[in-house]
Amino acid sequence: MAGGIKKFVVGCFDDEKVLFPAVKNVRKAGYKIHDVYTPFPVHGLDHAIGMRETSIHTAGFIYAITGTTTALTSISWIFTKDWPLNIGGKPHFALPAWIPITFELTVLFSAIGMVLTFCYLCQMAPFVKKHHFHPRATDDLFVMAIECTDKTNDAEVQAFLTQAGASEVNVQHAETGWWIGRYDREQKLYKEPKAIN
Amino acid sequence: MSLLKYESQLREPLVDGNKDYHQITEDIIRPIEMKPSRLWYIGFVISICLLLFGVYSVYREVTYGIGQWNLNKTIGWGWDITNFVWWIGIGHAGTLISAILLLFRQGWRTGVNRAAEAMTIFAVICAGQFPIWHMGRVWMAFFVMPYPNSRGPLWVNFNSPLLWDVFAISTYFTVSLLFWYSGLLPDLATVRDRAKTKFRKMFYGVASFGWSGSTKHWQRHESLSLVLAGLSTPLVLSVHTIVSFDFATSIVPGWHTTIFPPYFVAGAIFSGFAMVQTLMIVVRKVLNLQDYITVGHIEAMNKIIVLTGSIVGCAYLTELFIAWYGQNPYEWYAFSQNRANLFSPYGWSYWLMMFCNVVSPQLFWSRKLRRNITVTFFMSIIVNIGMWYERFVIIVTSVYRDYLPSSWSTYYSPSIYEIGFYLGTFGLFFFCFFLFAKYFPVIAVAEIKAILKTSGENYKVKMTDIEKADAEKFYIEEVEHAH
Repeated sequence: MAGGIKKFVVGCFDDEKVLFPAVKNVRKAGYKIHDVYTPFPVHGLDHAIGMRETSIHTAGFIYAITGTTTALTSISWIFTKDWPLNIGGKPHFALPAWIPITFELTVLFSAIGMVLTFCYLCQMAPFVKKHHFHPRATDDLFVMAIECTDKTNDAEVQAFLTQAGASEVNVQHAETGWWIGRYDREQKLYKEPKAIN
Repeated sequence: MSLLKYESQLREPLVDGNKDYHQITEDIIRPIEMKPSRLWYIGFVISICLLLFGVYSVYREVTYGIGQWNLNKTIGWGWDITNFVWWIGIGHAGTLISAILLLFRQGWRTGVNRAAEAMTIFAVICAGQFPIWHMGRVWMAFFVMPYPNSRGPLWVNFNSPLLWDVFAISTYFTVSLLFWYSGLLPDLATVRDRAKTKFRKMFYGVASFGWSGSTKHWQRHESLSLVLAGLSTPLVLSVHTIVSFDFATSIVPGWHTTIFPPYFVAGAIFSGFAMVQTLMIVVRKVLNLQDYITVGHIEAMNKIIVLTGSIVGCAYLTELFIAWYGQNPYEWYAFSQNRANLFSPYGWSYWLMMFCNVVSPQLFWSRKLRRNITVTFFMSIIVNIGMWYERFVIIVTSVYRDYLPSSWSTYYSPSIYEIGFYLGTFGLFFFCFFLFAKYFPVIAVAEIKAILKTSGENYKVKMTDIEKADAEKFYIEEVEHAH
């Protein structure tokens, strides 16, 4: 999806202990942190870079009650209106007996819905390719990407990051969105003209 | 903010050795990047052979009918349903470890959760085979799905525990799969970013969905895992409860018991953990992961085994007592004659079950035996055998003599194709597990990294040093601050 190509100053940190004060200083200096890529969930980092809480659990709740309603309405329609089956003379509207299936559908809808929502929000799917600022961001590096504007002096930002404790600093032009691609091929951005055979 | 979080120094480290983040990646992902060992090939070929035997047995059963099995009118459920319940039980440990222990904030789950979840998924696949092929006319299996159809529309019976089972097991499978795979995404991305070969770049690139490790994604990922854990916790309890309803809602003596749901759930956790032990003891040795699946992990699981084993033992005695106390002659006959009487045709299976599930796990009250890997390995096999016999006892000893003595069955023993089908599911299970152990990280890499600084051995030593050097300062900075 189109995100556009932007310029970033990238700083890599070896330890989250160095990263936290660096994040604080970078924000205080007024630079805009595009994102921080970490090999594992670093607790408190989301708040440190000023992100709001995720509301994916609210979505999960909505999917859950959708599941509950789907189960109850379909079963009661089927067993009282569409085909009232006489089972040993028991009532057609047998709510207690429907609880297991209602529960299972609640969980099922919620789980599937949440995972799909997660993939949609994070823009993740098979064959989706993104720009990765550093291959070791999934191994042992904490990679901070600072977005540059026309006015940003990137040499200054680089010096600032080095001083804040970054072990590696560079400037990258990167596509911020995703595109269809495979990781074994050289990255071809969708903007580039396609060769016509 | 103090980043070096305080964890009691009395607690055993969960990650042994001098590790840093990169070393963790190296240790866990290196086996994926190496050629499989000779042992792997041997195991893989054996499991394929078993699988093929299973396929042939199922082919016989589908072609010639259920008569290929030694079931009869009295014993309508035999090995097939025994195996079904056994596999489903094994499939309970994975979600328990990753969901319930996540909610309880048990750090040690990180060493075993990934493999246990994989085990769950494969075990549920194996379990599902039994009711499906037991249908006989398997080409009509889709009849269990409720959908508007040309047969009336004739719907399924939503009041039947057998249909609840269809919903429970398919939901359990789907949710476990989603939970497992969403947890795998970051680790697959780690493999992708280290990949040297074209195939690995392509395969792990596709499989990791383009995961980048962005802070926002991690935040959502954490929230997703937590809610999925919250959903899976009642789910895992509901699945075996509903399986037990298959029996408990009937009026067959020996099945008609209200204790079944909790008793089945405890038994499922018991057998599931035994299977995790069997697999993990081998995996940690073969893949050289002793630093991540430590003796402490094995001990923690043994504690759960002795707890759930004792719950199961308590349930056995309770149902025996209630059968006598309830004064229903049929119920009491089922327990006193069909089961507890050692000289009745199946009496041996009851006492074998009692020995394996109730007596033998009591060894684990001893700390020394809990921490002994050889003892644990053999115990885990004994528990698996015992739990198989539990289901066999419940099913066969209840139905082989029913209300009408003229329809009592002769001695039931399985046919070669019944056994073949069971062995075939072993083949299927290990076929999947061998592929998993070769191509996927068997330990949750990111989760281990997240606990390294609180539970890693080298960090624990460092903390102890700080603590010793200046106790007062340490207290002010690390402990008081935390409160």
